[in-house]
Amino acid sequence: MNNKWLVPIVAPAVALVFAFAVAALALLLVDVNPLDAYQSMWEFGTTTESLISTVTRALPLYVSALAVAVGFKMGLFNIGVEGQYLIAAPIAAWVGGVVDLPAPLHIGLVLVTAITVGAIWGWIPGELKVRRGVHEVISTIMLNFIAIGLGAYLLINFLQEESDSLTVATPLIGDSGRLPSLNPVLEFFGIEPRAGFELGSFLFIAIILGVIFHLLVTRSRFGFDLRASGVNAPAARASGVDPNKMIVRTMVISGAIAGLVGMERVLGFFHQYTSDFPRLLGFNGIAVALLGRNHPVGMAFGALLFGFMDRSALILDLEGVPREIVTIIQGIVVLAVVIAYEVIARILQRRAVKAAAAATGELAEAT
Amino acid sequence: MDQAPAVELRGITKRYPGVIANQGVELTVMLGDVHAVVGENGAGKSTLMKTLYGMVQPDEGSIKVNGEELKLKSPKDAIDLGIGMVHQHFMLADNLTVLENIVLGSEPTSRMQIDFAGARKRILELGDTYGLVLDPDTLGENLSVGERQRVEIIKVLFRGAKILILDEPTAVLVPQEVEELFGSIQELTDEGHTVIFISHKLDEVLAISDQITVMRGGRTVGSVSPDEVDAKQLAELMIGSELPSPETRESTVTEVVALHVRNLGITDPTGRAVLDDISFDIHEGEIVGVAGVEGNGQAQLVDALLGIVPITTGSLELAGKDITGWPSRERRERGIGLIPEDRHRQGLLLPSPLWENAALGHQTVEPYATGLWIDRAGARKQTAEIIETYNVKTPGVDVPATALSGGNQQKLVVGREIMADPEVLVAAQPTRGIDIGAQADIWEELKKARASGMGILLLSADLEELIGLSDTLHVIFRGKFVAELDPKQLTPEILGSYMTGAALDEAS
Ligand SMILES: Nc1ncnc2c1ncn2[C@@H]1O[C@H](COP(=O)(O)OP(=O)(O)OP(=O)(O)O)[C@@H](O)[C@H]1O
Ligand SMILES: [Mg+2]
Repeated sequence: MNNKWLVPIVAPAVALVFAFAVAALALLLVDVNPLDAYQSMWEFGTTTESLISTVTRALPLYVSALAVAVGFKMGLFNIGVEGQYLIAAPIAAWVGGVVDLPAPLHIGLVLVTAITVGAIWGWIPGELKVRRGVHEVISTIMLNFIAIGLGAYLLINFLQEESDSLTVATPLIGDSGRLPSLNPVLEFFGIEPRAGFELGSFLFIAIILGVIFHLLVTRSRFGFDLRASGVNAPAARASGVDPNKMIVRTMVISGAIAGLVGMERVLGFFHQYTSDFPRLLGFNGIAVALLGRNHPVGMAFGALLFGFMDRSALILDLEGVPREIVTIIQGIVVLAVVIAYEVIARILQRRAVKAAAAATGELAEAT
Repeated sequence: MDQAPAVELRGITKRYPGVIANQGVELTVMLGDVHAVVGENGAGKSTLMKTLYGMVQPDEGSIKVNGEELKLKSPKDAIDLGIGMVHQHFMLADNLTVLENIVLGSEPTSRMQIDFAGARKRILELGDTYGLVLDPDTLGENLSVGERQRVEIIKVLFRGAKILILDEPTAVLVPQEVEELFGSIQELTDEGHTVIFISHKLDEVLAISDQITVMRGGRTVGSVSPDEVDAKQLAELMIGSELPSPETRESTVTEVVALHVRNLGITDPTGRAVLDDISFDIHEGEIVGVAGVEGNGQAQLVDALLGIVPITTGSLELAGKDITGWPSRERRERGIGLIPEDRHRQGLLLPSPLWENAALGHQTVEPYATGLWIDRAGARKQTAEIIETYNVKTPGVDVPATALSGGNQQKLVVGREIMADPEVLVAAQPTRGIDIGAQADIWEELKKARASGMGILLLSADLEELIGLSDTLHVIFRGKFVAELDPKQLTPEILGSYMTGAALDEAS
């Protein structure tokens, strides 16, 4: 039925319009013409370079959202993606910097390291919840602080390479450990971005992760147990699901995915971990997961939207408009989407009922 | 002039996708009456009651309360008019006390603070007046079903209801509790309340009601007075067939032990034994009944057999294999089935499609799974078969379980468990909320399963069902099996006296 697709398209569209309308009011308050501001955002945001930047920004957000969504599916709130990637990234980057292997193995080793460290960092709150009843929201938030502190400590004391640069960083990863750029492919299609804008092949890793997420959650036995636990824990329990094992496994999987959040930057751009590595990707992933309703395609759109807004916000500075307006829009979009889904789903449901009523009316007469 | 009826529903029609739940339904309830609504599963009883309670907006029809025509937009409107409803599936919060549960949603305030002292006083008064005894400080999770019911009723009275709707209030009660409830209903109508209630137990309906409305297939087929009809005629009016009985005497019990339980015990954290030294065997082809007043350890026994709660002492053997240390999943895969007593709590994923609900509990085995994957096509096909065999009224296998009427949800659960053909089936209240026609069908399926060698543990509040189906009957009292009785020489009255411990006192 086409209604199945209508809600996920109409709801975010309505929410988006609403969010931009509210932001327009805010802009009016600071004496900026919102139409001008939006127009320059659009013009700047849709250049080839900006679109590449949008995708590049979206990739880590998408991976982060996948990590959050796995937990959401069973009612677990992994607020710890932030810490999980911020501890995985320096260690994985260091491993990549100190080994020298053939390309696929080199990249593979870095990814496996990131997955492992993230998984361990996710396992801790899972185990704490099962053994000690510590709520995962509390433990993951605390582990975020620990991860950031521990990451800095490890970086300064063990992982950094002496250099005369101002920032502290792990050794550079050799060529065999770098993800290739997809720009040659773009050029083949006649798209030639300015220097400095590269579409990374991490794109493929993100897509593969999305596919795995889909298969795992909706097609596998594990996913059935996961969703059942989220919908009705006592019923899942009676159906043979061991809730403790389920909590630990889910947190480990969530953490494993989270470990990969920083890899786009590490393998595709910096080729090392630096003390000014991007933060907040874990928290923004929560927003993207909400925006995309934990659906692998929905979250991809959510991540692209956030990426686009982050990118196009840059122009606002030049025009003397406070860039924070974009943060406001992002916040409102998330809230509005959550509400719009409910409202529109209800309206459509009512319509469907009316339509079905007509059909069943005939049916009932016939019998 | 005559007094206006308390409730007058005219031409109520309500359509859902694929079904017409109500079609031109008429209902007239006189003030101070006990009015019963009966009908098959999916006949539209709950929908009609929800309409009167403002939870469901009818597509057509008019509602008159005390002679005044109105529109009910939400339950709040209904409550303001003095209409209260106790649902088929209770809605109490486990982690709140009785007092909090009752006050929830209608917080009486004095100077911006919830007036708990005043509320407590009123609850105790109401309890006194109507014989609904309750301790306001008990936690929701520690309440027995009978108590839950009393809480729900007081909650409704607390909000000033004069017209009470009770949707299948007796489905889970043992006879003693039913009598207590009927005592309270009598008190209520004496005080000028009007009670509308739904039940599948026709004897009860005839015993207590002043008027009976019969529904079939979404329509009203008539309104009768209990003096004019007997249970048989009423059943015929409802389903157009004879009143069935669970009677069965040809024994299929074999010598082979399917489930062997020895010295099973569970001690709760406070050191109290909730299950104490329970031993019994279920043979292939045998139905072992367990009778008892709710809250005497039945739930724990079921959970222990399924491996949901750890046991303190004892051992379990399934078909000769020691399964004491097995996790639930392995027990289910190797042949223990479960029809849980509360389908909403342990048996269903309400927002999920029917085929996922059919897979629940069997999600690791064929035809629901192949290898590590869910077999969606296989699951859909099996679900369609369950729906067909057990006559589940539904537009399809993809509708969410919430869209089914209570009885049809039950049929789905029963069907999936019996059709999975376990070695041993733990069946708690298998016909709870099921109409008498479908009840006979389920009894028939249980007997067939038994004849094919399934061992069945039957726990039920329906004493006739227990006596009629069981080959062996145990009485559970305060966590112990206190008597083994021969169902062939048992009446519900005698069984009832064992269940309350009365017969045991006499014997000692
Ligand atoms: N929310 C809903 N969405 C779709 N269909 C519904 C919904 N609620 C009820 N129905 C359908 O309406 C019909 C009547 O349901 P209702 O719950 O009123 O039956 P009932 O008489 O109370 O049955 P039972 O004795 O089994 O409780 C059923 O076929 C049911 O599937
Ligand atoms: Mg009902």
